[in-house]
Amino acid sequence: MATPAPPRWERKLQQRLARGEEAALGELYDRYASLVHSLAFRVMDDDDAADHVTREVFGYIWENPDAYEPRDGSLRSWIAALTQRQAVHRLRQYEDGDRTDPEVVEARVREANTAARADFIVTSMPAPLRAALELAYRERLDYRAAAAGLGVSEDEARRRLRLGLQLLSTAADPVDGLPEPEEQHGGRGSAR
Amino acid sequence: MSGAAFPGGGAAGRDGGRLRIPAQREQRNAPDDLPVDRAPHRSAPSGGVPASWERHVEVPGGEGPEEGSAAPHGQEAAEERPVPEKTSKGGCRNASGRPPRYEHATLKSLLGAWALTACAPEEAQAVEAHLPECHQCSEEARRLRGAVGLLHQEDSLDLDPLLRARVLEGCLGRRPARVPVPDWAGAYDAETARLDALLRDLGDGYWSAPVRLQWFDGAPVAQQFTVGRVIAHLTAVDGLVGRALGLPSTSRGLGGPLDAEDGRGAPARMYRSRVPGDEELPLDPWERTTADWEARGHLPGATLRSMWRDQSHQLVQTVAFAGQGVADLGVDYGYFELPFRDAFLDRAFECWVHAADIAEAVDYPYGPPAPGHLHGLVDLAARMLPAALARRRRAGLTTSAARLVAAGTPGRSLRLEIEGDGGGEWYLPLDSPGASASPEKAVAHVAMDSLEFCQLAAGHVEPERAAAGQVGDRAVIRDVLFATASLSRM
Repeated sequence: MATPAPPRWERKLQQRLARGEEAALGELYDRYASLVHSLAFRVMDDDDAADHVTREVFGYIWENPDAYEPRDGSLRSWIAALTQRQAVHRLRQYEDGDRTDPEVVEARVREANTAARADFIVTSMPAPLRAALELAYRERLDYRAAAAGLGVSEDEARRRLRLGLQLLSTAADPVDGLPEPEEQHGGRGSAR
Repeated sequence: MSGAAFPGGGAAGRDGGRLRIPAQREQRNAPDDLPVDRAPHRSAPSGGVPASWERHVEVPGGEGPEEGSAAPHGQEAAEERPVPEKTSKGGCRNASGRPPRYEHATLKSLLGAWALTACAPEEAQAVEAHLPECHQCSEEARRLRGAVGLLHQEDSLDLDPLLRARVLEGCLGRRPARVPVPDWAGAYDAETARLDALLRDLGDGYWSAPVRLQWFDGAPVAQQFTVGRVIAHLTAVDGLVGRALGLPSTSRGLGGPLDAEDGRGAPARMYRSRVPGDEELPLDPWERTTADWEARGHLPGATLRSMWRDQSHQLVQTVAFAGQGVADLGVDYGYFELPFRDAFLDRAFECWVHAADIAEAVDYPYGPPAPGHLHGLVDLAARMLPAALARRRRAGLTTSAARLVAAGTPGRSLRLEIEGDGGGEWYLPLDSPGASASPEKAVAHVAMDSLEFCQLAAGHVEPERAAAGQVGDRAVIRDVLFATASLSRM
């Protein structure tokens, strides 16, 4: 699940990428590869295609380390948006090549948009909510164990789980005010 | 990789208290209109119903957006307030076979936990019995279940470990690194990344899982540790390389990452203060490990992992800056020394071996290193063999006839043929580590699969049981196989 990196770590990493440190590239990959690959897979529904998008996204970041602007949000959500754009771009290319039913493509694009919004919501929701979801979902604790783990009452654990999911469920509604990570601005994103 | 092992029904597949980490791909496309009344639920961790199981819960104020519209249910709740007969022997159903009754507000507060299958079975039943009767709750239940599907985000658990090399290679083809990682540190970089991915997949429920380590110390040794201790062991011995690079020890001045919210990403230096007396930790890998366990055996697994990972990143970063200049400088292991180029291979080898130990302990698939890296590890073992053989000869542990020859002069040799990925052919000098070894003077020929050879060098296979094709001087072959096993440490 999404755990944001400390901003300081992100800035430092960006500097190291700009310096051309191969080790920093490895760290970037280790931290974000599963995010990039899973987002790409959501759009492409194909492992090889997702691998390909993953290569393109990391290639783009490595070639353009200064493209990320920390003032606009976390490195993670920037990478998520980049992946989204790149994957949709690829998918549309396949579509142009008559490989895929346009309706299927649009459905996947919608689903991918939802996934990207969900990712944004999870990374920007209050940490206590995220921690509760993390325990219940990722660690598979029931809410009583999660309450114990968080040092809160069982009522509070239930409240956090419910509220966290309520926030997350808004990802499925295209609403104003949340970043629409793709297609708003032409969609044929900057990663190519 | 692990996908097939996951029972499709969500949390239902608990075994022995902890669930194998699922690959979430099966669930990835879970429709959000999942019939809510057939949702799987997990059992309470203790099996029964906790004594403190609350049925009277105050209506939490202002908790949900639609709280205000709950009037009709509020009515209902009020009627139910003299809460049900104390049924639960075992907590399931009362005499009439109906689930215990809950107030509407309680049921509603449970919806999040229910959607995550994170409540007790009785509670899940109560929620599910309530949903068909309550439009408002069933609407929210459907929504929240849908939201759970969105949590699957980063769970590309079965990401191909070899993708990393391909992606990095692609990047470097587009823009060459100005500070490249030396090729001899590549295996360490890749193997630490693989182990880290394994640990991430396992999550925090496995730190105390028993792991059996085996090595060969004159005879086969096997001891049981935990996942956390194995990681701390790797950190401690990796620390020898860090020490040689002038990095401060991770084992001193511990405070844990400062960023309490995120134990993973915090830069290492936040909990590494430069404490005088770094040198207190013994150099011998075994003693160093033991001292390390004493110093920080109490730390949570996630902290141990982030310390290990931060240090491994730091080692790669530092050695990249140091460059080829340090390749031949020595790393002090206490009773022996390896040049940096070999120490990084040695650490990669141990990282792989222990990662495989952990994976086996938790029944998780774990493949060998990439062929190019595997070759480096096999080559290191082959190059270390002559000295290991000489050590055993000096200790009187060999049976083959000894012949002393001066360094640099030709002596008898053994042809070591390693087959499979990462394999190759080596002629090992038998009479002195410094003697030159040539095909002409070969007195024996051993052929082994590369993975079998690594298992032997890791002390996981007994020398006499190793699957090896053997031709020539039997005593020499026996000595070489034992010397290979003697390369292993804890």
